[in-house]
Amino acid sequence: MLGSGLLQGLAVTAKNLVGSFHDPARLTTVEYPEQRTKLPEAYRNFPFLVSENATDPMGTLRCVACQICEKECPPQCIYIEKSKDKKPDATGRPQLYPTVFDIDTSVCMSCQICVEVCPFDAIKMDQVFEIATTDRFTALLLDREQLAKPNDYYHTIHPTEAAEVDARLAAERKAAAEKAAAAAAKAAAAKPAAVAGLGEAGAPGSSTPATTKPPAA
Amino acid sequence: MIASGLQTTGAHVREVHDDFHGDLLEVSMGPHHPSTHGVFRMQVTLDGETIVKLKPVFGYLHRNHEKLGENTSYLGSMPYTDRLDYLNSMTNNWAYALAVEKLAGQPVPERAEYLRIILAELTRLLNHTCLAGFLLQDSGASGTPLMYAFREREKILDLFESLSGSRMMCNFQRFGGCRTDASPEWLAAAKKLTDGYGAFLDEYERLITGNEILMARTQGVGVLKPDLAISAGITGPMLRATGVDYDLRKVDAYGFYSRFAFRVPLGDHGDTYDRYMIRVLEMRESIEILQQAFRDLPAGPIMDPKAKLRGFRPKTGEAYGRIEGPKGEIGFYLISDGTPNPYRYRVRPPSLINLTVLEDLCLGHTVADAVIILGSIDIVLGEVDR
Ligand code: SF4
Ligand code: SF4
Repeated sequence: MLGSGLLQGLAVTAKNLVGSFHDPARLTTVEYPEQRTKLPEAYRNFPFLVSENATDPMGTLRCVACQICEKECPPQCIYIEKSKDKKPDATGRPQLYPTVFDIDTSVCMSCQICVEVCPFDAIKMDQVFEIATTDRFTALLLDREQLAKPNDYYHTIHPTEAAEVDARLAAERKAAAEKAAAAAAKAAAAKPAAVAGLGEAGAPGSSTPATTKPPAA
Repeated sequence: MIASGLQTTGAHVREVHDDFHGDLLEVSMGPHHPSTHGVFRMQVTLDGETIVKLKPVFGYLHRNHEKLGENTSYLGSMPYTDRLDYLNSMTNNWAYALAVEKLAGQPVPERAEYLRIILAELTRLLNHTCLAGFLLQDSGASGTPLMYAFREREKILDLFESLSGSRMMCNFQRFGGCRTDASPEWLAAAKKLTDGYGAFLDEYERLITGNEILMARTQGVGVLKPDLAISAGITGPMLRATGVDYDLRKVDAYGFYSRFAFRVPLGDHGDTYDRYMIRVLEMRESIEILQQAFRDLPAGPIMDPKAKLRGFRPKTGEAYGRIEGPKGEIGFYLISDGTPNPYRYRVRPPSLINLTVLEDLCLGHTVADAVIILGSIDIVLGEVDR
């Protein structure tokens, strides 16, 4: 019968209309900003820099200014300047650090490539999306002070991933400490022998620079 | 009964110029026009309301995609492929990853191949659902069907977001696998969605498929002949609506599609209604594929352990990777000269090539028909213009 398809369609609309009053599957609207959905853990928008603690974020940035992310970022929106000196990072190893680390978030396309290529777990994706601003030039260019966020914050937004990173870093640190300890023990064992050997050679003057020379920086 | 008075062949221009019949009228539809699905312009010449000439004008969204690809590392181009056809980033990623994997001889673990199929079929559901909604919007059913379609689409986007971190710009495939593994919870959620999708399609079809107005608007409108479709290089649902049995999932059997049992729906009129029905039927087949994929998904690594992320330099050579995207054959042609960037990076965009027959489909129809014909071609301007 002509029109039966139409009536059938209208029955569907009516069912949805009535259903929307009691069936949550038919009324899916979320009244943002009063209501919010929970963001999935994997959600990403712009990168931030991880610092070990919140009290001294600039002193404990994990970033060592290796500039890999700067090179790999597809739209080239990261700008880094390396430090001239080194300062100890959170594990105590002397490392370079970024004196300038800027990300132009008006160019960033939230692709996460910087996160994937960083060998130091120093840059991660943030979840703050309410970043509208009235100044589109400077306010969207974030410097390292604005980018730095503590590791605890990383744990609150990506708990599973952050736990994995922490476990991996802890293992790396332990391995590094063991290696250092083993090297120190070896050096300690080797030293008396070397000194004895030099003594035998009977040329203390010439050997002095070799033994007192600081390890190459 | 339907579409009887339409003349799709022969001379469309009347010779008579009397007081009642005026001159030909040239109208520029778009680039800012709600029916053009983005910034696209149709320069139509009208005799009364009948189209006698149509010139598609595009390029407003040109972003230098291919040249950028030559100046970016292989990995760096991956997020840009998301932005080609931004409804289907997962399949774009896959086609590009396939081309690079061919170039570098990079194997992909079994689980990743299955996950790629799951994501590609979810993408097909998403794309075809959107198309069905937009087609109705274009034919004047303002809002309701589109919103029903978007309600379902949003569920798929939620899945993509919880897996890849982003709803539409997934950037998920890597050379040699996928970026992250799907958790059991994610797979359960995806399976639940798949199980419920048939019911949604039933409801949507009750709403639309038998609707007399839709039939009157679409049957016999914009008929594409199989020989024209083949010679113009049309692929995807648009080609199959003309009755040509050509689906890369069967022809190339890339990935593990040869392991799946599914049918390829074919139309026989090649009109706008067939193009709509093909999509609905394809969605039903996609549900079949998804069910089989969830059943057979093997355990194991998601990424080839030898795959390199940084410092990736495939050896000199060239490769073409193509897959059956929701819109047709999406392919990437790459030439490597051994450096970290491709020497040539070329995209075969299905939207653009399917769009080339627009004038043939529209001649002799009215302006309002041009809108739904364009809607049934299923274009995304990000891919047409690149
Ligand atoms: S964020 Fe990571 S990749 Fe980028 S410079 Fe710092 S350490 Fe290197
Ligand atoms: S998310 Fe992508 S675009 Fe943004 S800074 Fe990182 S690499 Fe660059």
